[in-house]
Amino acid sequence: MSSDLFVIPFNIGLYFILVYSVVRSTIWFRQLSRSDKLRLQRGFFGMPFMQSLKEIFMESLLHRKIFMRNPVLGYMHMSLAFGWFLLIVFGTIEADFFGEKHLNPPSHAIFFRYFNPDHGAAGLPKVFGFWMDLLLAFILSGLLLAMIKRFIPGLMGMKKTTKHTWTDRIALLSLWMIFPARLLAESLTSGAHGSGSFLTGNLGAQLASFLPVAELAPWFWWLYSLSLGTFFILLPVSRYFHIPVELLLIFMRNSGIRTGDKPSSLTEVQTHACSSCGVCISICQMSYAAGINDIQSAYFVKGLRNGKDIAAITANCLMCGRCEEVCPVGIELGPMRMIERRQGEREFKPMRFIDGYGLNGKKAPVEKDPTQSYGYLVRNEPVKADVIFFAGCMTHLTPSVIIAMKKIMDSAGVRYHFMDENGGVCCGRPLMLAGRDREARELINYNSDIIWRSGAGILVTSCPICYKIFNESYYLDTRVMHHSEFINHLIEEGSLRLGYLHRKVVYHDPCELGRGSGIYDEPREVISYVADLQPATQEGSMSLCCGGSLGNLTLSSGKRALIAADAAKILTSSAPDELITACPLCKKTLGQATETKVADIAELVAAALPGPKGRARVRTKKTLVRVHDNG
Amino acid sequence: MNGSAGNKFGFTVNRSRLIDYDASDRLVRDYVTLREPSFRLCFACGGCTATCTAGQHAPFNLRRMNTFIRRGEIEPLREEVTRCMLCGKCLLVCPRGVNTRNVVSLAAEAIKKLDRNEL
Repeated sequence: MSSDLFVIPFNIGLYFILVYSVVRSTIWFRQLSRSDKLRLQRGFFGMPFMQSLKEIFMESLLHRKIFMRNPVLGYMHMSLAFGWFLLIVFGTIEADFFGEKHLNPPSHAIFFRYFNPDHGAAGLPKVFGFWMDLLLAFILSGLLLAMIKRFIPGLMGMKKTTKHTWTDRIALLSLWMIFPARLLAESLTSGAHGSGSFLTGNLGAQLASFLPVAELAPWFWWLYSLSLGTFFILLPVSRYFHIPVELLLIFMRNSGIRTGDKPSSLTEVQTHACSSCGVCISICQMSYAAGINDIQSAYFVKGLRNGKDIAAITANCLMCGRCEEVCPVGIELGPMRMIERRQGEREFKPMRFIDGYGLNGKKAPVEKDPTQSYGYLVRNEPVKADVIFFAGCMTHLTPSVIIAMKKIMDSAGVRYHFMDENGGVCCGRPLMLAGRDREARELINYNSDIIWRSGAGILVTSCPICYKIFNESYYLDTRVMHHSEFINHLIEEGSLRLGYLHRKVVYHDPCELGRGSGIYDEPREVISYVADLQPATQEGSMSLCCGGSLGNLTLSSGKRALIAADAAKILTSSAPDELITACPLCKKTLGQATETKVADIAELVAAALPGPKGRARVRTKKTLVRVHDNG
Repeated sequence: MNGSAGNKFGFTVNRSRLIDYDASDRLVRDYVTLREPSFRLCFACGGCTATCTAGQHAPFNLRRMNTFIRRGEIEPLREEVTRCMLCGKCLLVCPRGVNTRNVVSLAAEAIKKLDRNEL
């Protein structure tokens, strides 16, 4: 038995990673909140478990989402994951059926050819041998693509790939070594014994013609075992830890656990579940339009995982949410970045090998400032109204939107109170985006007080930024509506009589309204009611950011202009008469970046109001609405 | 001190135009300028102040704040930086493309660090 000492590195690696995974999962489970623990336990005995199995098969093995986005990249991931999985499964079956005994240790399945060199001469074993060779060829084709991608990303339709840390590099090297080593080891053994199928058999025969294959074979079995062992041992400190962790994440997500707004073991699981595939880098407008290539979510997560100082990366993001939309692992990147922004300043100490990774750098407690920042705000007597109109700070910079909204509401006979006509108070969303929740809460309380005491049933806002926070962080007994929703409501109710404008228009989804709040259809229904709505190249859940986002705290105005120019170019590629948006900030930013007229949805509707002489033909019946959403 | 020579000729020094170099602390200015170079572009037009949301409710004046930072007058700055609501209107009206929100955030950060002797 002295000759199979080579299985030791593999065995050490395998048992290490199995024990490590169990221990790590247990720690994560224990750190969960009580309700999340219950969710997970309930999920284990119910539908979520089956859903997770399905999702694990579709995503972790077949990589369906990457496949749909980029078939070549999808094939690469699929061949490595699914191919390896099949190789293990069928290897185990092969070892079980054709080995000396049933229920072998895993090493017997992995190094089957070594223990059974003459296997597969004829009959069923031959068919099986062919199948195993085919799987190996399948994996090797993916590996070839992976190597091409690493050195020439452009060939794979990738704009950039992620940069690696040294543990990642060694793990990558050992991963790359595994399958060529297996091919050579199997071929050499097959060559020495005259066995093997189309790949290993033929290669083995070729090698046997000029090499001492019998002497060389053990060396390659050693190499195969060593690369497997190294890979398994480096797994927890490299990006490849995503392989086991992704399974856990899928199960946690299907059980109903969400990121929320505080760090938890789910954030840690998500940090480790990122495979650094780089899809978020290619999709990021800051990357391809503004040439900033070190702040994308893959780097953010990597910095978090490795306990690096990522304050600059965290702040420098538009928070547009496109990366979250395309992330094949489904990591909640937006909430994770927000958690990081809320953490305040961190205290960093050099990473130690054992306790450094995974456990994020020690955080200084957020200073509780007892003083009020906005104590100067005076509480006015509230005005009673059915409908409250809150324009928002940004809308005050686009007075045409306010004029249009006033016209529309007057025309529909809405009794409203213009809450911030003489300068209101900020909604608090910008402060929240900066991670300053305590200050934001002061503004929220101030505004809530006015809204509560007015007794209004509907709160209409013209700014998606305000809309999002009104919906999510205010405790109101009021229906919050963005003005596009409200106008749609007025049209459906029949109180707004509108003409039809013969204009070709394209609609741009603001980030905070579309991806942020899920309002895609209402603006489109309104626009197609009054004008000819054309589809845009990128819209719906994959719509672009205008570049003006308040989510980014550090981006310079020059870079913002580059992003705006790129977005405007794509949006106006079909040469529409007007570019319609539903956000004053988008209107402002895009307006500076294109020759095409940029208007708010309210302005478009106001233009369709019948004139004083009633000349415009008024439509009475709502026609079929075309909704374009390629998301 | 108060314009001793000028007094004799009927001139006085306007207090708001007086820079007291003894009390001036340039650390905050350096901290802000290093991290947000666009701060130097400000030519004090006052657009930010005219549009400011917080400025409508309180004596908060971004233009004056910039002067305080430049002159290194920390004491009046201390209270002023906390009043900003970060709404970003100033960012949009600034004709020079100064990243105003970051200037305010950095100034607040710098003062905190100054108090902890970390600057």
